[in-house]
Amino acid sequence: MIKARINDLPVEVPEGTTILDAARQVQVCIPTLCKHRDLLSTAACGICIVRNKGGNKMIRACCTPLENGMEITTHDRDIVEVRRSTLELILSNHPNGCLTCERNGECELQKLAADFNINQEAIKRYVKETPPDTSTGSIVIDFTKCIKCGRCIQVCQEMQDVWALSFLERGINTRMAPAGDITLAESPCVKCGQCSAHCPTGAIVENDETQTIWEALHDPNKVCVVQIAPSVRVTVGEAFGLPPGTNLTRKLYSALRRLGFKAVFDTNFAADVTIVEEASEFIERFAHKRGALPLITSCCPSWTDFMEKNHWDFIDNFSTAKSPQQMLGVLAKTYYAEKLGIDPAKLYMVSIMPCTAKKYELTRTEEMYASGFKDVDVAITTRELARMLKQSGIEFLSLPDAEADSLLGDYTGAGTIFGATGGVMEAAVRTAYFYATGKKLKSLDLEAVRGLQGVKEGTVDINGTPVRVAVAHGLANVEDVLNRVREAQKAGKETPYHFIEVMACPGGCIGGGGQPYGVDNERRQKRAAGLYQDDRDKQIRCSHENPEVIRLYKEFLDKPLSTKAHHLLHTRYTARPLYKR
Amino acid sequence: MKPLTPTDLEAYNRPNGEMKEWIRVQLDTGGIAAGAEEALAEFTRVRDENHQTIPVLRVGSVGYSFADPVVEVKCPGLPRILYGQVSAEVAGLIIREHVMKKRLIDDHAIATRQRRLTIDQPVTQILVRDTGADLSSKTEFFQFTFVEELKRRNLTERVQVVRAFDMGVYHEGVVVQLLPSGVTYTNVLAADVARIVTESVAKKRVLDDLLFKQPNPQVRIVLRNCGEVDPDSLEDYLTMARGYQALRRALTEMTPEKVIAEMKASGLRGRGGAGFPTWLKWQLTGAQKSAERYVICNGDEGDPGAFMDRSVLESDPHSVLEGMILAAFAMGSTHGYFYIRAEYPKAVERVERALVQAREAGLLGKNILGSGFSFDAKVRLGAGAFVCGEETALIASIEGKRGSPSPRPPYPSVKGLWGKPTAINNVETLANVPAIILNGGAWYAKNGTDASKGTKVFAVTGKVKNAQLVEVPMGTTLRQIVFDICGGVLDDKDLKAVQTGGPSGGVIPDKHLDTPVSYETLQQLGSIMGSGGMLVMDKTDSMVEVAKFYLRFCVDESCGKCAPCRIGGYQMLQILDRITRGRGTAADVGILRRICTAMQKASLCGLGQTAPNPVLSTLRYFEEEYKAYIEGGPSYARKISGRGQTVETTKETAKAAVTP
Amino acid sequence: MISNLNHDLNGTVAVTTAPAPAAHPAGRAAAITRIVEKHGRRSSRLVPILQEVQEEFRYLPPDALALVAEKLNVAPARVFGVATFYAHFAIKPKGKHLVRLCDGTACHVKDSIPILDAIRRRLGVDARHPTTPDLMFTVETVACLGACGLAPVVVVDDQVHGAMTPAKGVALVESMIAKEAAP
Repeated sequence: MIKARINDLPVEVPEGTTILDAARQVQVCIPTLCKHRDLLSTAACGICIVRNKGGNKMIRACCTPLENGMEITTHDRDIVEVRRSTLELILSNHPNGCLTCERNGECELQKLAADFNINQEAIKRYVKETPPDTSTGSIVIDFTKCIKCGRCIQVCQEMQDVWALSFLERGINTRMAPAGDITLAESPCVKCGQCSAHCPTGAIVENDETQTIWEALHDPNKVCVVQIAPSVRVTVGEAFGLPPGTNLTRKLYSALRRLGFKAVFDTNFAADVTIVEEASEFIERFAHKRGALPLITSCCPSWTDFMEKNHWDFIDNFSTAKSPQQMLGVLAKTYYAEKLGIDPAKLYMVSIMPCTAKKYELTRTEEMYASGFKDVDVAITTRELARMLKQSGIEFLSLPDAEADSLLGDYTGAGTIFGATGGVMEAAVRTAYFYATGKKLKSLDLEAVRGLQGVKEGTVDINGTPVRVAVAHGLANVEDVLNRVREAQKAGKETPYHFIEVMACPGGCIGGGGQPYGVDNERRQKRAAGLYQDDRDKQIRCSHENPEVIRLYKEFLDKPLSTKAHHLLHTRYTARPLYKR
Repeated sequence: MKPLTPTDLEAYNRPNGEMKEWIRVQLDTGGIAAGAEEALAEFTRVRDENHQTIPVLRVGSVGYSFADPVVEVKCPGLPRILYGQVSAEVAGLIIREHVMKKRLIDDHAIATRQRRLTIDQPVTQILVRDTGADLSSKTEFFQFTFVEELKRRNLTERVQVVRAFDMGVYHEGVVVQLLPSGVTYTNVLAADVARIVTESVAKKRVLDDLLFKQPNPQVRIVLRNCGEVDPDSLEDYLTMARGYQALRRALTEMTPEKVIAEMKASGLRGRGGAGFPTWLKWQLTGAQKSAERYVICNGDEGDPGAFMDRSVLESDPHSVLEGMILAAFAMGSTHGYFYIRAEYPKAVERVERALVQAREAGLLGKNILGSGFSFDAKVRLGAGAFVCGEETALIASIEGKRGSPSPRPPYPSVKGLWGKPTAINNVETLANVPAIILNGGAWYAKNGTDASKGTKVFAVTGKVKNAQLVEVPMGTTLRQIVFDICGGVLDDKDLKAVQTGGPSGGVIPDKHLDTPVSYETLQQLGSIMGSGGMLVMDKTDSMVEVAKFYLRFCVDESCGKCAPCRIGGYQMLQILDRITRGRGTAADVGILRRICTAMQKASLCGLGQTAPNPVLSTLRYFEEEYKAYIEGGPSYARKISGRGQTVETTKETAKAAVTP
Repeated sequence: MISNLNHDLNGTVAVTTAPAPAAHPAGRAAAITRIVEKHGRRSSRLVPILQEVQEEFRYLPPDALALVAEKLNVAPARVFGVATFYAHFAIKPKGKHLVRLCDGTACHVKDSIPILDAIRRRLGVDARHPTTPDLMFTVETVACLGACGLAPVVVVDDQVHGAMTPAKGVALVESMIAKEAAP
């Protein structure tokens, strides 16, 4: 343990603790702009400087470990003055457009400027005009607002192993951009949006499509319906000051109706359908030896994009089952429309997702038009939903509870945990076990695949055969898992895993790129806990037991993996080695 | 060369009769640019034409940049003579006159700095030069007078009177040097000529009233072999410079601990600028538990106006390599890198060759000299980033990344190249090492001040008479360096300030010229030692322009990683630009100071922390110049910064050159 | 042959010759493969690899960088990040002759800028467009070359010329133009 003093307060912390973290233990908050709690320090902003007694230099609290006997001062006139000047310099290189910025009110730079009471522009502004990158339709980069903190680059390169963004040039010309004067869409970007979730300013944001939805809602020729993704229910409250993990499912149903949606569906229902299809697929491959193992989940669009670009040798292993978003879309425009006698051409499907890549998924392949129309018309993120709710004048938190619309609204505990890493695997195992054995699992809780460890492994005994599963989240964790499979294949050995779940974002969808700002591991844990609570609270916790799902197959799809199910609920993948690596 | 054994090497240590005669042409970048290759060719041609046999050798540079190309000649019966500005024509003259007729060449001979106080050999040459104001030179008159006087005494056969190119003594009126003894007389008047001839030439008596007694302020340790050995020849280094004797000693007689102890006794501090004790760096690196360790020679000499490292690498690469091998031995390292600027192709070529030669001779590679110690090194080229002089950035660059510095700790000595303990030493630091190991730390520590031991090489440039490399003991004053060694300000203008430490340093005004130079004193004056660039500025130089020049350099070279440096530097430059265009405001100076402080305190690496120094130090000593710009407005600015004037001249000259 | 660098009445640049600086794409791939192989396909050698690629093509064409990334099995983002960081690397084509004016301290105080201005004016280039349209000359400043004793210094294709003046600088360029024009 390291013993030292911070602002004359004794602190004791484990070796290697930074001054920044140590200070928190004595309720001292050292301001910083570039340091993100979960990321490595980039040491870029220079705001977190402090002074050690006897040293004439100021040191960065974010990356300097506390040492025995240090006597740290975090705030005195000189230090605050240097911080202020540095902040003014950063502001002099940033457009003064707070009022029209998507991050207005949620910007870390704006907050710091307010905290430091910066009330004039002493230093002449210099911002190099650069047009924004809107090429992906998912993520918008406004280069002028970038403060070069390096978070997005670290996230893109190290957390996600995508390498779409990098620092180019140097000095005052240093810029964060897709490398090689190409657009983000031409880059290896998989639209996961983790860059936007970690950006301290409005430099990287989701492509805001709220206006499109307002217009659709006011269009008398459109029947607007909506679906909400599993994780959104436990995160949207954060935008309204509630703690992460607060489950607002029923208030959301209520609010969405007030916004003008004619029907409110739950993506969780489609998640149950996905599980029924995917578990059946697994049984086909595992028990009937038809198809490649391991089976790999495909409901994360960033992951499928990443796979198609970098790991296309696993295409045969991918589950062909569509993601819940797309399943719900196609079922609404076929099954639901048929049952209610609505012209599917008039149905306008909006999905509320934790995810920026879901915007991209809408037009991913021709299978996304299986209903004969665009199955999902527009996808918005949790952040965009929060913005709409705030605009609408609805007192969201005081709303009475409501239920989802039937046919595509009921969900099980298995569907809801889709939103957390390991959830798809856990839900699939519950159903696959039943399909293979005709019996229900003794304990439905598959603890081994829960939690935030990058790669999780577990074994489930099915009819005497151990089924080995692996769960990876955060794309940088994928390669190891896949390489293990590749090596076994090369060596002619048995596959190390039968079933692999991958989610692009750390923590799964609850840590999605479109979730309310301020994500860190603590929040991820709390959000996931909210979903697991929802699972526990549900009477029905296995997808195949969902009465509406049973009805769907009985009245519309026949059986899992039927021709009709294949036509509507499955998709294909194409190798797209844009960037050979 | 076949691999050497310690016995072979020891044999080289015994003096084996120096060569009787040679012509050494100093071929470093400066010399070559001034025409040294042409001179070399002419030497050979004229020599062969005249059936002479004197060897014409290639060596490195003594550092007399002002006299490039420089050539040294040794002939039986004559003292060793350095010649400056040796064109092809002069080269021919040297063969025909100096070599064949034993007569020195007027206007090119350089006086020796080894000035003695007694005449022990008969005088054979009298060098003479008027070191007063250039306009009314009395050199020729004195040459004539001396010749007349010698004629009268019938000494003309024996004694030649030569107009010298440079006396090494300045502002001392007519200076006379008697060769071969090196006795030097200053402020010689016409009336003294007869006395000098009758007393000193005829009777070998020294005239005390004229005798220049100041000892040579220069001590050559780093530059000991520069201009003495052929940088492309290991043989030269072995036979003439006690080459690799320090390594033999260390490997056969010393432990790594003993080597570090010797370094500690020497008090040598890093010559790259920060002045960290070299022994401590080695000890820290050696103390880390690791299977591998690296030693890197930092030859990324990016300071504008500094060329010490280039000169040493070009003139004496083996000394630096030997220093590196010794460092590696002291800390148990097996791999080394020379990180050299790509702008220095000659240095790169010579170091590469030295590595090949050392490897062949078994001085590099596995089991060096049979000691069981193995070490090898390779060269990496800088790709044009000043910030890579910073240790962590240099490491990133070798690892193939953007050369951005990273936070310390961890320090490179703990976690450096490839995550392994790494010691990074500057070229000059390493060049000192063999001398220290050979002669002992105590010997080295005899020079210098209490806290700053040894000598330091400076590259003195700018508005100075004799731009050159200077090696002096720490504690020598700026005045000694600028005036006594380099001859003072160009065109005898008044000195305004001396800039030390390059873009990280500051200006030191004339009132502080008597400050003894050391790491500490320079820092107190708001500057730094840096790597040793020294820029002399005269009264006409605008200090604001100077600050702007250095700041622009830092802005161009900022890696852009951290906000205070990236934006702070840029914004300061905008303000300085405003001021020098006469469009500054009274508030600007205050904002400048604030940005300076933010950059100093909040920048991540040394580049950003020191980049405001040129601005701060000019503000400290010359704030009135800033104010004058601001109050004087654009017309004043045009006058002072000479924009209008410069542009006009350029136009005319350009036109004149283009239209025939 | 060399273009006369004159602008015609429409303001477009008359380019009479344009010596192709880079080889045919296929040859380019072969050269890059050879360089990358020479360095054992090690990404740590990225800087020397790019130095050699630039020596080959006189600049770093984007497709060459992408190819280097592919051969090294690293992301193009990393290669571009490095290539745009170091001053020696040029993403835009450079001229056949490289005229570099030292703007080190010693040269600066001895009036190097007027020399630069004169040479630029003669060749019709500026700081933002340092290369003549016929790709014959690139004029740039370079941080100290360490030949301060000869200040001010101009380096043409690695040959150092000391004690320059604007007139000498222009004469130097003229002589090169004449040499290029000679049959």
